[in-house]
Amino acid sequence: MKTTADWIGRHLVLMIGMLVLLYMLVPVIVVVLMSFNQPAGRNTYTLDGFTLDNWTNLCEPYQLCSSVRLSLEIGFLATLLATLLGTLMAFAMVRHRFRGRAAANVFIFLPMATPEIVLGSSLLALFVNTGFAGKLGFWTIFVAHVMFCLSFVVVTVKARLAGMDPRLEQAAADLYANEWQTFWRVSFPLVFPGILAAALLSFSLSFDDFIITNLNAGQQVTFPMFVWGANTKGIPMQINVIGTLMFVIALLVVVVGEVGSRRRGRALI
Amino acid sequence: MAHVVPTDAPEGAPPPDQGRRRGLAGYALLTPGSLWLALFFVVPTVSLVATSLYDPTGSLELGYKMTGYVQNYPDAISAYWPQIQRSLTYALIATVACIVLGYPLAYAIAFKAGRFKTVLLVAVIAPFFTSFLVRTLAWQYLLGDNEFVVTFLRWLPFTGADLQLINTPFAVVAGLTYNFLPFFVLPLYASLEKIDHRLLEAAGDLYASPFRGFLKVTLPLSMPGLVAGTLLTFIPAAGDYINDELLGSPKTRMVGNEIQGLFYAGDYPTASALSVAMMVTIVVLVAIYVWRAGTDELV
Repeated sequence: MKTTADWIGRHLVLMIGMLVLLYMLVPVIVVVLMSFNQPAGRNTYTLDGFTLDNWTNLCEPYQLCSSVRLSLEIGFLATLLATLLGTLMAFAMVRHRFRGRAAANVFIFLPMATPEIVLGSSLLALFVNTGFAGKLGFWTIFVAHVMFCLSFVVVTVKARLAGMDPRLEQAAADLYANEWQTFWRVSFPLVFPGILAAALLSFSLSFDDFIITNLNAGQQVTFPMFVWGANTKGIPMQINVIGTLMFVIALLVVVVGEVGSRRRGRALI
Repeated sequence: MAHVVPTDAPEGAPPPDQGRRRGLAGYALLTPGSLWLALFFVVPTVSLVATSLYDPTGSLELGYKMTGYVQNYPDAISAYWPQIQRSLTYALIATVACIVLGYPLAYAIAFKAGRFKTVLLVAVIAPFFTSFLVRTLAWQYLLGDNEFVVTFLRWLPFTGADLQLINTPFAVVAGLTYNFLPFFVLPLYASLEKIDHRLLEAAGDLYASPFRGFLKVTLPLSMPGLVAGTLLTFIPAAGDYINDELLGSPKTRMVGNEIQGLFYAGDYPTASALSVAMMVTIVVLVAIYVWRAGTDELV
């Protein structure tokens, strides 16, 4: 009897886990299939025939490609600044002792613990009250995205730094490396995978954000806003091509990062 | 400059606070990011609270008057009480569903996956990169009235022929569960991964059954991950309105839909009051939960 129970114990969890994983992957499979779909009617969401049209006429739906470009630009710039500021903060939190460290910890965690709709409406309230209501657009989206990506960057880089032995840095110092050399030769290469993971996370959060962006975008249309608008008018199949492309690119980045870091003997995640 | 390593330090792990430097450099590194958060998180929150106390007769064109009109709160809460209740209920059910689905998944990856660990982790994170909205539209299709899921369920003898999934609370909760599942699985996985397997062996040596070993060793040790995961699921789910808009109906409207709608209609005071009320509710619920769960270090 014990062996049967053992067998179930050993394999049941794995089987349930794999079913859950399937549940998580089904919509992605649908997105990939839809990217090759030729719907029967215009803009209906039914699987009908196979076509490559959606891939070759990617920019045909009005504003689709410009919305993707806007999301890419904002995602890139916001990630750059959020990663820089967040990495500095993570170093302060893990490598320095100062008064108010616990308070700083809570302060950094707060934006993550606030619902997006509240973050978005607060920013809108600020912009309206300071007379920026007419100037909503690229820069207000950028400001918002840096704000909500920052906390995620700090948490990700902090985790990497905390797992890193400070004695390595002390060893460098013992060997007469100055602070600057210690940082560039020892600390930075060791934390780099964490910074890369944080940047990747930040970019995907920025690219994907709808709720905060929608409140602060003015007349600008990002990719998620385009999809949102398309839902009421009829969905062009091309958005599934963008979804598939994002999936494939992310997968490539992870695989390349994983192979690269394995060669150097450490994992990205 | 040689440091003496205390002998009671666990092997491999650096003792706490070692390598931490005193001085002003910490503040210098912290300042730029903190300024950004102060300017675009703290000041906006103050601004939101201020807006929630404006006179409700104002508008974007005429301007708003700060009259400390507290009545906005009872007005907004009583007008949107069903939506507030619904948001909290849906988020709660989705969080419970995430625990039921996500715990076995995180456990399987941490303990049972062997050399496929990385592959499975990537499979958990990967859907996250395909746009949230595009994936939710895929659910809209999957749960649609004449698609195979519903057709199959209708064919089954024990379900009615008029069964519908889309535009029901079920679809909204299923969408919320799906969309926030990775946010639950990842922190939980990180927690499970750290557990020393020798503790489980010790439990087995002391005649604990595998299930008892799980209850007495694994579960308590995974609490920080479980708490962080449930928070990362519950909070965004309570504020979300994308799932509701794409998978639900006017009968399933959540508070996020209303806040967004009120801002669009230009009723800033009511929208802000509703937003602040929601934030306070969530902060109180989270504080009670974290206090009951007894986890000090969240992040």
